[in-house]
Amino acid sequence: MAERAGTLAAGAVAATLGLLTLGTLAVVALQTGGGLRLGPADWAALRFTVWQAVLSALASVLLAVPVARALARRRFAGRGALIALLGAPFLLPVIVAVLGLLAVFGRAGLLNRGLEALGLPVLSVYGLHGVVLAHVFLNMPLAVRLILQGWATIPAERFRLAASLGFGPGDVFRHLERPMLREVLPGAVVVIFVICLTSFAVALTLGGGPRATTLELAIYQALRFEFDLTRAAVLALAQFALCAAAVLAAARLALPAGFGAGLDRTALTLAPGGWRRGLDALAIALAAGFLLAPLGAVVAAGLPGLGSLPDTVWAAAGRSVSVALASTLVSVAGALVLALAAARGARGFELAATLPLAASSLVLGTGLFLAVYPFVSPASVALPVTVLVNAALSLPFAFRVILPEARRMQADHGRLAEALGLRGMARLRWLVLPRLRRPLGFALGICAALSMGDLGVIALFAGEREATLPLLVQRLVGAYQMQAAASASLLLVALSFGLFWLFDWGGRRGAEA
Amino acid sequence: MLRLEKLRITQGDFTLRADWQVAEGSRVAVIGPSGGGKSTLLMAIAGFLAPSAGRVLWQGKDLAAVAPGDRPVSMLFQDQNLFPHLSLRENLGLGLSPRLRLDAAQEARIAGALERVGLAGLGAARPGRLSGGQQGRAALARALLRARPVLLLDEPFAALGPALKVEMLALVAEIAGETGAMVLMVTHDPQDARRLGGETVLVAGGEALPPRGTEALFADPPQALRDYLG
Repeated sequence: MAERAGTLAAGAVAATLGLLTLGTLAVVALQTGGGLRLGPADWAALRFTVWQAVLSALASVLLAVPVARALARRRFAGRGALIALLGAPFLLPVIVAVLGLLAVFGRAGLLNRGLEALGLPVLSVYGLHGVVLAHVFLNMPLAVRLILQGWATIPAERFRLAASLGFGPGDVFRHLERPMLREVLPGAVVVIFVICLTSFAVALTLGGGPRATTLELAIYQALRFEFDLTRAAVLALAQFALCAAAVLAAARLALPAGFGAGLDRTALTLAPGGWRRGLDALAIALAAGFLLAPLGAVVAAGLPGLGSLPDTVWAAAGRSVSVALASTLVSVAGALVLALAAARGARGFELAATLPLAASSLVLGTGLFLAVYPFVSPASVALPVTVLVNAALSLPFAFRVILPEARRMQADHGRLAEALGLRGMARLRWLVLPRLRRPLGFALGICAALSMGDLGVIALFAGEREATLPLLVQRLVGAYQMQAAASASLLLVALSFGLFWLFDWGGRRGAEA
Repeated sequence: MLRLEKLRITQGDFTLRADWQVAEGSRVAVIGPSGGGKSTLLMAIAGFLAPSAGRVLWQGKDLAAVAPGDRPVSMLFQDQNLFPHLSLRENLGLGLSPRLRLDAAQEARIAGALERVGLAGLGAARPGRLSGGQQGRAALARALLRARPVLLLDEPFAALGPALKVEMLALVAEIAGETGAMVLMVTHDPQDARRLGGETVLVAGGEALPPRGTEALFADPPQALRDYLG
């Protein structure tokens, strides 16, 4: 029967995920030999990891509130484009975001040149505040979207009632907005906290040193530079424990879904005039500037050298696209199998699809490194390992995108399909693929962009000749080849967004109502 | 012969019992208060609900292990009887071949069935372009093609206006007559039961009572039916 085959396939996917996350963890635990002693530098890394994540999450969410409020209650030309732009940082390769921020806030960036011209002291973007700045750039837009959804959940009738009772902006805040924020903000803070816990690329480029090293960065250094496998394993265990605890804590909160539609509502909202109007305009202008300036800087810096990119860049781009396509296919196929089983009511698959959230690129990488190291050179399996890890890490996002539509499909058409004996490949072809075309396209796009921009496990495994494009950009930055780095990162952005757009467009095209 | 043998269906704290049989080609209306278990009864016969006790037998064979698509049954649900992303031709084709590999003879049968229900030439149309009545006709055309000996109707025409509903019931009667199929039709309207002719099963108080001749039943209604009719 179709159900049994589907559930079996879902079981196989779940077992693979379990093996990948918990199996690598077991390898790591074996390597520590039971001695779980964190040295002073390790404790410092643990503290810094938590501290920067706390600061990043709070800063992202607090800064997002005025922006979300302004977007919720104002209508202006370009509002839709700005909201769409808010989705971009999630898909932006982190290394590119960092380069853009350096161009604006770095030592020779626009801001410091302005400060210099005014005779003021220049600011350094390295260390804790650089890490937090980058995390706010990457996650504040997500927070704005989450909070904006919160505003959209306040019924329009309630705003009408408030207007008819003569509420001022303060009353509206007290009776309508504050209760909503109290529900939405904790979830948003936790989501961003978890994302920032596993930050590697940002710490690699803007952190470092005894005062600004995250656990992930410490794992990388222990494996790549000190070749201290046991220390890497101990750090990986600490990182896993931290993430697992955070994900468990997050599961207790009602977590908002990251990328919802329905951000537009035509119903009237109370839009106070006067100085509040100016304040909203300022919040929107600052947020747009904060997002657009680094992106603009990347484009401006990268365009001139785009015609004369060295062959190494093109080769790395080819590897990146192949890795991204392979991991995308694996990830979305796995997510679809799990989502179909979960939609039929089979238990346990939602948990399996959440499992990779507790792992991180470097923890999985450490386990796989320890597993393959005795047998083959890690560099020789760099690309397959990257495909596997990227697929596992993007699967939870793909699953979240597909599951609601899969549930709706099951509820609306499951019985008819069963009554007609539609099963197996026929069911996939005539029911599942046409009905789920839109979320599948979106999930493929997200996975492709995430994998394209990933700079994690590849840094652990790759030698000179296996670098993907993000790793190559990072190496070019490390070698102070800023022009080549800028052009390569522009190519990287174009490829990431291009793949996303292509898949998403393919999903929308011909999708039925 | 469709036989419900000491059948018991349990859903949470709701239980429905039935112990009777219906001859091939019969027309049976299933009537009773909402929430009484009319749909539950059809779902059990179609194979969407497993009995907690007793058996559903067709020609003496227990259907417990038979998947819904393999039962001698076509069912029209209250809604979602057509896949909205497929054309009418494809929707009907799925009744002949779930893989939708259709040969010329099958294509001809599909065209014929569409013509039979008054939808000639609409094979390329998507269900969304059709009216509610036309969608019901298309679903009936598929049942005609599948030609299963039992046709289960779970109020598929409830959303149609009175005149259209009468028209659809007439079509059901014609098609059942052509294929010789037994009809079990859920309704809450005594008029529908009368129009269908044949027998009526009253579902009330956790039990589906054995079928009785519809006219006789309404002429001398038991207390449960009197309560329902008011």
